[in-house]
This record gives sequence, structure tokens and C-alpha cells, in this order.
Amino acid sequence: MDPKLLTIEALSVHFHLPEGVARAVDGIGFDLQPGETLGLVGESGCGKSVTALSILGLVQSPPGRIEAGRILFESRNLLRLDAEGLRRIRGRDISMIFQEPMTSLNPVLPIGRQVAEPLMVHKALSRSEAMAEAAAWLDHVKIPAARKRLDDYPHQLSGGMRQRVMIAMAMVCRPKLLIADEPTTALDVTIQAQILSLMLMLKSELNMSVLLITHDLGVVAQMASRVVVMYAGQVVEEGRMTDMFDQPFHPYTRGLLKSMPRLGDRRAGRPPRLNEIPGTVPSLIEAVSGCRFAGRCPHVFDVCRKQQPDLFKIGAGQRARCWLKRYPDRRKPDA
Amino acid sequence: MPEVPLLKVNNLIKEFPLGGGLFAEPRARVRAVDDVSFALSRGETFGLVGESGCGKTTLGRLILRLVEPTSGDVEFDGQHILALGAKEMRLLRRRMQIIFQDPYASLDPRMKVNAIVTEPLCAIQNLAKSERKKVAAELIEKVGLRAADLDKYPHEFSGGQRQRISIARALCVRPDLIVADEPVSALDVSIQAQVINLMADLKKEFQLSYVFISHDLSVVEHISDRIAVMYLGTIVELAPAVSFSDSPRHPYTAALLRAVPMPDPHRKTEPFPMEGDAPSPIDPPPGCAFHPRCPHAFERCRVEKPSLVKTARQHFVACWLNNSRGLGIE
Repeated sequence: MDPKLLTIEALSVHFHLPEGVARAVDGIGFDLQPGETLGLVGESGCGKSVTALSILGLVQSPPGRIEAGRILFESRNLLRLDAEGLRRIRGRDISMIFQEPMTSLNPVLPIGRQVAEPLMVHKALSRSEAMAEAAAWLDHVKIPAARKRLDDYPHQLSGGMRQRVMIAMAMVCRPKLLIADEPTTALDVTIQAQILSLMLMLKSELNMSVLLITHDLGVVAQMASRVVVMYAGQVVEEGRMTDMFDQPFHPYTRGLLKSMPRLGDRRAGRPPRLNEIPGTVPSLIEAVSGCRFAGRCPHVFDVCRKQQPDLFKIGAGQRARCWLKRYPDRRKPDA
Repeated sequence: MPEVPLLKVNNLIKEFPLGGGLFAEPRARVRAVDDVSFALSRGETFGLVGESGCGKTTLGRLILRLVEPTSGDVEFDGQHILALGAKEMRLLRRRMQIIFQDPYASLDPRMKVNAIVTEPLCAIQNLAKSERKKVAAELIEKVGLRAADLDKYPHEFSGGQRQRISIARALCVRPDLIVADEPVSALDVSIQAQVINLMADLKKEFQLSYVFISHDLSVVEHISDRIAVMYLGTIVELAPAVSFSDSPRHPYTAALLRAVPMPDPHRKTEPFPMEGDAPSPIDPPPGCAFHPRCPHAFERCRVEKPSLVKTARQHFVACWLNNSRGLGIE
């Protein structure tokens, strides 16, 4: 028996645009154990959201096209399923919550109906049974006076409340996997803290796996046990959360961790200058022969520009796509 | 003789009408900024932090007189700016500039970079074309772009580069004060660091003062000398940045600090205790605006609004818990 809940293998998703082919996701792979929270981190355009959308067959085509790879969910290749097969999995076995709850809820349907809908579709509950369960879930995600709120429309709720509705909607069928794409990015920090607390509570209650997509290293450090770092469509490093923060290998991971201001820095009297990663992310359209990070890397040497590195094993469960693994003496001190 | 502060804001109030029409009275009024006072010294970075709707952006615009206050006063270098006529105001704007959050919306897509960065200067004086190009080239290199970029349009740049263009535009008139309204919030973390460092470098080189508005506590703490925390239109705490995260005295500041997810997997934050959303500014609660969410609220908080009082050197708090030591603003 394969203990993995989700396995992504050599997935490539390209977008065929007028200006060329954008390799948004270029041969990525990782897996997710039952009950695990995996963080997928990276900056805008690194391919993390496209990866998530591919799992549920939500990549818009055209212009998007899944060019290669397999996405195995409980040993079934989701990329081979037809529309009906995917519909049976979406919202039942795999749910997704998005960044912007206002655009992902239907503005003309009362929230009770929206939360009840998956139950009617997947569990064949009657309207009244489903509504009763929806009310219980809205209460569970701490919407005050949930029963009275069933007939409210999304615009009548605050951003935090809307995200709670989204979460209730994702949870009603008790999915095995929750994909959360920047679930708290649009929220204020106190509301974010509430939503993260709620997600942790529900996760342990339902024993589901979570694929958490975020650009926020603080959020991922608090929520996930393992992390995959993406850069320009590729996985550049993966490993246990503690290893990634204590001994990151890839210069990009190191640069990211050092470039963020941290609360308490001033008190600790650290230097007032932040570490910069110079330059910008390369275009996904132009073909790159070597390492995609070469142009911004402080350690870059000739091999990096010629040949793309593999994901080398660094330690237990830690891998990094960097030639420094092979040529450790090329690592410059203090960089 | 104490030095005249560069900027002084006295009891500033801004109300926006809700509903109503040409002849109809408004349904209600929202008090976006509710009796705010502070002073900014030359060369200082004053951080303004708070959650959406707390009034930080409106306060930033009031400082530049981009919106007119309902009451109160703004002094810039000793001048009462609200008393100035349009012409005098235009001249004064040379000394105060603004940078906006969204570098996609704040640059005119039909203007070349050359025209964008020199527009503020052309608004106040005639500039020959060659002179204009020279000024622009100098500015654009100061913010880390190349003179060759001057003939491009905004869409040819990334978010971080656009924000550099916005900064060059603000610098063009060699201002004393820049109000930066969430200047790095739309940027990725590696780019954010570039822009923050750039702003710090420029501050030194051009002897700037900043009012730095952000919702991100870590960024504000990093860049500011002093930090004001706003909640529902008022400043609830004002503290030096070095002691800000260490000794919050207002329960809201404490909650904000606690809410920030620590980028450290060894230090797991406790489940967040504060429930509920911020109340609506249309119908604010009586007394202290924070009392419905405050774990320490007692009777007085529900009826009487606390004012900002001094609790330690350079440290001011608007909370009845601190009142026994209150000395009043100096």
C-alpha cells in the first residue's frame, strides 16, 4: 500500500500566449502524506497557484495546457479523469479555498445555500438536511448567530467572515485534502491569526492533509511541517520545516529568509539593512539553459550558467536544486 | 529654543458623509480620523500602522492636504497649510510628496518614464526639454534604474521597478517630507527588501523625513524611528521603534504583535485569543473603541474614551489601564 495521499510527478504546465510559451510549471514533483500539512512557498509567478489549480483540473485551457506529468491522488491519476470524474472528487475528497473570498463566493446566492450545495451534490442530502448541516458548520467556524446568517449574502459579511464561509464550504464533506491558496493574504493580521487558528483546529479534528500555498514565511512556519520552495516554475528546495529554517541549502531559500524584516529586530540591535536578492525573476518565456537562479545568485560559477542542476539530496528528506552540493568549495562565505 | 518640528498635526478630524445627495442630508457620517495629534522631527521616519479602515491612509492624505479635514490643523515647517491658497499650496507641495501602494495604478500607462518622473517639477516651473532629460536621468540612476529606461512605458517594468519609478517621481522636487502609503505591500519579499533599503539610503542622501504607512508590523518596525498604532481613527499607542515590540502598553498593540505569525518553526504561536472583527466606524462603540474586543475592558472603558497620555519616555498610550501614570501629552 502506498502511504502517500497525493503524489505529483514531473508535472509541466505551459501557457501558450501570443508572445510565446510560458513554462509556468516545469517538471515539478512532491508528495503529501495523510494528515500532513505541506507548505508550497515562493514569490509571484513561481507557479505555486498553477500547481494547485492543476490538481483539481482548474487550469484554464486555452491558454494553459498540462504538457506532462502525473498527479496521483490515492493512486489514481487525476490528469486522466474526465470532467465527471473530477467533479466527483472536487469538494468531496479534495477541497480548495482561495485568497479572495469575495470573488470566490457567488455574490447572488445566500451563504447557507452555498455551504449546503456540496452536501446536496455529493452526499445526496435533501435541501433541509443540507441547510441544517450548513448551519452547524457555520457555527463551527465561529460565525456569530450562524442560524440567522444563512440567508445573508456574501457582501453583507466582512472579509474574515467570508473566509470562514469559504472554509465551512470546503469542510462540509470532510475532505481528505484541503488545498489552501493564500487563504489569509487578503486579511488583516488579527483576522489572519483567527483564521489560522481555525484551520489548525479543523485540521486536527478532521485529520485531513493540507497543501498550503503562501508567500508568507511566517504563515508557513506556523502551519506546515514540511515545505517545498518554488522558483520560476521549479522546485528549488524541499525539506522539513525546521531544517529549512535552521539549515537552508539553496541560495534562494537563504536569500528569502534573510530578506524579510522580523519583529524584534530593532530591539535585538541587528543591522538596519535588509539582505537583498538583487535583480528580478527571469522571464518564463525565454529558454534558460543553466540554473534559473544563476542571474541573481551570489555564488554563481561557470557550471551554473551552462547546465541545469538536479534536485540533489542534502540530508534526511531535504533536497536542493543547486550545484553547490557537487562543488561545495564554490560557496562564498558570508553570502 | 526647541527646534520647530517639520510637521505638526493638531486634533485632526475627518468625517465623510454617507449617502445623502445634492439636497438631501447624509444618512450618517463616518469619522475616519478622530482627533489625531503628533509631531514629526526633521529626518525622522514616523511609522503609522493599523488594520484596514483604521484611518491611516486618510491621515496620510490629510497631511498633504489631498483631502480637507473637517477640523484640526496641519503645520508644515511652521506654516499652517490649511490657511494657504491654491497657489501657495502648490509651491509648498514641492516640499511634500507621496508614494502610493499600487505601482500599477499610480503611474500613467501612457506616459514615458521620463515624463512621469519630471512631472512634479514641470508643474511648478518651466523646464527645457534637455534640462528635463538631465534631471530625469540623474533621478532614475539614484533609484537604481538606467538612463535607457527613461524612454520606456510603465508596463515594461516589474512591480519593484515601478515602485522605484514612483520614488524617483517623489524625489524629483527634492522634498523634505515623503508620505509613503504602503509602498512595499504589493511587492514580493525579496523585492520588498530592495525597496526598503533604497528608501533608507535615499533618506540619508537627501535628508528626508518619512511618514511610512503600512499594515505590516515587521516592516514598520524595521524602518521607523517612532511608531503610531491606529485603531478606528485614533492613535492608541505611540512608541519608539526600538521598544515597540518589547513593551506594548495598549492591549490592541499587544494583540497585533501576537497575531504576527513568527517566521520560526521552533516558536509556535499560541491559538489567537481575540475574537470578532473591528467595529464599524459608522457606528463606533461608546467609550474606548477597542473595548468590545479588549480582554481587560472594565466599566470606565465602556463609557469614556481614554486620551493619549505619556507613560514613559517618548511612549504614549490611550488606555485606561495606563491612566494612573498619565502625565498628558507634552
